[in-house]
Amino acid sequence: MSIGIFGTKLGMTQVFGEEGNAIPVTVVKTEPNQVVNLRTKEKNGYSSVLLGVGQKKKTRINKPLQGQYELVNKESGKDVAVKQKLKEFRVDDVSAYELGGFVNIDIFEAGELIDVIGTSKGKGFQGAMKRHGFAGGPGGHGSQFHRAPGAVGQCAWPSKIFKGKKMPGKMGNDRVTVKNLKVVAVDVENNRILVKGAVPGPKNGTLFLMKKK
Amino acid sequence: MAHDIQKEIKSVEEKFLKEHVKFKIGDTVKVYVKIIEGKRERIQVFEGTVMSIKGSGTGKSFKVRKISYGVGVERTFPIHSPIIDKIEVTRRGHVRRSKLYYLRQRVGKKAQVREKRYSR
Repeated sequence: MSIGIFGTKLGMTQVFGEEGNAIPVTVVKTEPNQVVNLRTKEKNGYSSVLLGVGQKKKTRINKPLQGQYELVNKESGKDVAVKQKLKEFRVDDVSAYELGGFVNIDIFEAGELIDVIGTSKGKGFQGAMKRHGFAGGPGGHGSQFHRAPGAVGQCAWPSKIFKGKKMPGKMGNDRVTVKNLKVVAVDVENNRILVKGAVPGPKNGTLFLMKKK
Repeated sequence: MAHDIQKEIKSVEEKFLKEHVKFKIGDTVKVYVKIIEGKRERIQVFEGTVMSIKGSGTGKSFKVRKISYGVGVERTFPIHSPIIDKIEVTRRGHVRRSKLYYLRQRVGKKAQVREKRYSR
């Protein structure tokens, strides 16, 4: 429940700290995020900022959404182009944001802790050991039980497998939040931010950099 | 939103890269290392043979081996680390390997690296 910004993961490298220590960092590229809409408590029952990035043809969105853009353009007197990606960020007070204005990377500063949300890399169909961390069986010594999930339930009662039972299946491609990542440096000029440690997803993956409350 | 990823990452690393004298595998080098003791800072020299150079960008590092009081000592330095004050080459070595790990198995005269001779 705080303001954030869209980002694109570029990859990892290492930089040196003041004491000569090497810091592993992820480079995240951003661009100015345009305020597409403001929602207020009086009008909508809650307050938030709708931010958007990228471009999209106007004909590619449905009529109700087109209508919203028209309303916003009328209200702000600006030409807010149709955005490819939209995300709503809940904030307490929208008065600091201007309709059609921009939110930049400078909302963060070096040394701050932030949360990063992304979509993890898809791993395909995986077994219970990799997917859920099951122990598996012994590798040798006559054992014929290696990577199988083992027993999945009881007998005549309940005569079924409980819903949500951890089993093999599709892994990855999930929304993942990594909390409390330290901002190592903010490069406002190049719209880049260096975050200590790893963030979810592949290179060129979309991220949300969230300010901590 | 396509970016030139390699270019972007290189430009991040650029600021941290340092210029040192060029040295190769087999060279004998003096590495001047900054050591911080409390608030005082002093410089210690580590002299030995360069065994390996690996990596690229800010992650590039090299390994130096020396014999200290009869015991082999190896130390890995990140080449662009701020703790390295400077590097001096005292002897150019003639080697035909890119990694000199075979020095670990050798003692005495066999553990030496031939000096590079330049023809006229």
